[in-house]
Amino acid sequence: MSVSPDELKQRIEDGIPGSRAAVTGDGHHFEAMVEGPAFAGLSRIAQHKLVYDVFGAELGDRIHALSLKITPTEDR
Amino acid sequence: MSDTSNNPMREAIETAISENPVLLFMKGTPEAPACGFSARTVAVLESLDQPFAAVNILPDPAIRQELSALSGWPTIPQLFVDGELVGGCDIVTEMYQSGELQQLLGKEGTAPVAEAPEPAAGEPAPLSIENLL
Repeated sequence: MSVSPDELKQRIEDGIPGSRAAVTGDGHHFEAMVEGPAFAGLSRIAQHKLVYDVFGAELGDRIHALSLKITPTEDR
Repeated sequence: MSDTSNNPMREAIETAISENPVLLFMKGTPEAPACGFSARTVAVLESLDQPFAAVNILPDPAIRQELSALSGWPTIPQLFVDGELVGGCDIVTEMYQSGELQQLLGKEGTAPVAEAPEPAAGEPAPLSIENLL
């Protein structure tokens, strides 16, 4: 039932166009650094929700905890 | 959207949010946090000498369910200031380090901003999250 950091990275990058993610974790608790133009101009709350929405109800369940550091980048 | 008029738990949460200018939904209590993320968020608020109300979500799963439905935020802790969701542990910590939290709480000048990025003075950090780069 555990989740790999690579799976999370892939799903974030697939779910948020133009984003790049670096994910570390132990199968239950994860830390993700995510950057991309999709975050530009959004509040912190909205930036985090964008990533949370990729995982929906899996957060707090299959993915016990996901700590995020988000950096908006220039659109190009 | 569920019918709030027939949902006492939702109403109780809404009332708590509107009546407490600084309100933290957390796992455990400020004295005995039950999760590293909640502990860290409490430590940030306490380091600013910020009085706050706290709700322990652990005793009843319905609290968390209704809270997340209301806020659209899936994880705990959740900090509300003046009725607005500020964020969870990551956002609160980032805003503390940048000084935005002090600004939001009207604490400018009363606490070091650039220094002391780690609020849990005297204790090891419950989790090491930042600065992976």
